[in-house]
Amino acid sequence: MTSVLEIDKLTVSFSTPDGAVEAVTDVSLSVEAGECLGLVGESGSGKSQTFMAAMGLLADNATANGHIRLDSMDLLSASEKKLNTVRGERIAMIFQDPMTSLTPHMKIGRQLAEVLIEHQGVDKETGRRRSREMLDRVHIPEAERRLDMYPHELSGGLRQRVMIAMALMCEPEVIIADEPTTALDVTVQAQILDLLTEVKDDLGAAIVLITHDLGVVAGLADRVAVMYAGRIVEQGTVADIFAAPTHPYTQGLLACTPRLDVETEALVTIAGQPPNLQNLPSGCSFHPRCPHVFDRCKAERPSLENLSNGQAKACFRAAQEAAE
Amino acid sequence: MNEPFLQVRDLKVHFPVRTGGLFVGQYTPLKAVDGVSFDLNPGETLGVVGESGCGKSTLGRAVLQLIGATDGVVSWLGTDLTSLNKKELIAARENLQIVFQDPLASLDPRMTAGDIIAEPLRNYRPTLTKAGRRKMVEDMMERVGLLPRMINRYPHEFSGGQCQRIGIARAMILRPKLVICDEPVSALDVSIQAQVVNLLMDLQRDFGLALLFISHDLAIVRHISHRVLVLYLGKVMELADKAALYATPRHPYTQALLSAVPIPDPTKERNKDRILLTGDLPSPINPPSGCVFRTRCPRATSVCAETVPELESAGEGQEVACHHWQD
Repeated sequence: MTSVLEIDKLTVSFSTPDGAVEAVTDVSLSVEAGECLGLVGESGSGKSQTFMAAMGLLADNATANGHIRLDSMDLLSASEKKLNTVRGERIAMIFQDPMTSLTPHMKIGRQLAEVLIEHQGVDKETGRRRSREMLDRVHIPEAERRLDMYPHELSGGLRQRVMIAMALMCEPEVIIADEPTTALDVTVQAQILDLLTEVKDDLGAAIVLITHDLGVVAGLADRVAVMYAGRIVEQGTVADIFAAPTHPYTQGLLACTPRLDVETEALVTIAGQPPNLQNLPSGCSFHPRCPHVFDRCKAERPSLENLSNGQAKACFRAAQEAAE
Repeated sequence: MNEPFLQVRDLKVHFPVRTGGLFVGQYTPLKAVDGVSFDLNPGETLGVVGESGCGKSTLGRAVLQLIGATDGVVSWLGTDLTSLNKKELIAARENLQIVFQDPLASLDPRMTAGDIIAEPLRNYRPTLTKAGRRKMVEDMMERVGLLPRMINRYPHEFSGGQCQRIGIARAMILRPKLVICDEPVSALDVSIQAQVVNLLMDLQRDFGLALLFISHDLAIVRHISHRVLVLYLGKVMELADKAALYATPRHPYTQALLSAVPIPDPTKERNKDRILLTGDLPSPINPPSGCVFRTRCPRATSVCAETVPELESAGEGQEVACHHWQD
């Protein structure tokens, strides 16, 4: 399989009054058609910024270096005009908050049709018809009536379905879902996750699922990348990562997530707190919180090494143990 | 058996909502909490779960009388809080504290951490000397995992998890008997969540606190609670011991809620049976007749539209409000 979207050594930094802050450092990732890549990390780990860079949606004070390729086209160096022909058409994004990411003063039908009118030059009639079909497809009841509604007239769950419908309008090759269910209640989250599974199976699109919720990743993703302080610390298939996480941070994350299916005495915690990006620890950024830290971790940064099973991790521990 | 600390009986909180009329207002009651009863014992944690808009936060606030109750009794150590005047209520609140969801927004940005934590002492222990107060604040900071040397910092200089620790220190400094935790860890990252949950459980053990733990996260509630109350549109669907609720949920809503929580295990998550509820929460201004859950319930029949189900015993330590729980 060839990858549809390929990120190669991406670095994103923001210039702030307090100096430059690197939010994403040396990140390389790829997604294949029909595959769902889960990108996991805590707030500030750089998971959203990585794909904001891919969409050309970084803030004005940001600079991105590296390459983000959609087939042969480099999205990072592409002009705004060229990007506009791709965004929505070949690569689409579903945002976390469905209320603030829909235009409040525009009817649902017009917002949906706009995508088609812009990219495929269809007329209004066709736009409306296909918008209605898409609302049916994402299981919104009474689709015809919803076309003439404003976003505020819909519930959170329905609004998120509209967002998904909008992302699907042009049947894009890549769909980036940034915390698509975080703002929703669990019963509605379950509905949306089912819909995303359906989309993945039917459409054969590549889905990037950005989330902090390991349960959501377990249900939907094929592969997982774990980010910490702007870098990928571990990568692998969902089965491997959940069954045998090798990086201490991944292990900690899995252990400290309270679970519904297991009764636990005391929750395992990861000591300390995520580092300040302006003042990263020396060596491995995770070393101040790591239970297995030794001298080398403080002096040197581990690079992401491939393991035999396709898993990759950035940690010295295994090498150290082998040496002992 | 100890006398319960807190007895809530048929508590109702209705907000008048303007529903029409240009000049002469028409008001319909929005029943945020509608006939909720429970007991809370010393050293016990009662988890309150439900989706947004189910009235769980309103319930917490009504217990503290931060929001006035429309009807019902909130009895604290035998005194009905709803009957107290303002002065008496302030005196009673010495033992009743609350930790809020948004750690930063619930701290005064212009006060230092030390001042924030010391404020209850200034109000309730006016005879304390400045040095004595400072000593208590430093001890409490240490107890909740903050460095005492951070006493002069302002809230914006702390991370979210640390701000929540300040909020907890403020709530604990008077050694209250009851603390209401309104989504105390929802705004925090998972690695920090676990730290704060463990802290709350430690403090409960040390101080013999009763906790009312309000959350939408059923996994955390399972971890921290002894008993769990499931709310839907202001009404109690199920009230049960933790073990019973999670092993044998009786109410169709509880069953659906539990089955919807994603499990961080790919094999289990992909193979589990999910009870998918259709639609969304109905408007609380115009709730369904009979059982409020019937519009989304897979087992609803005509009786559900006609009669409101009463909370009935469904075994040891388990009560359920459903016509069909035995089906």
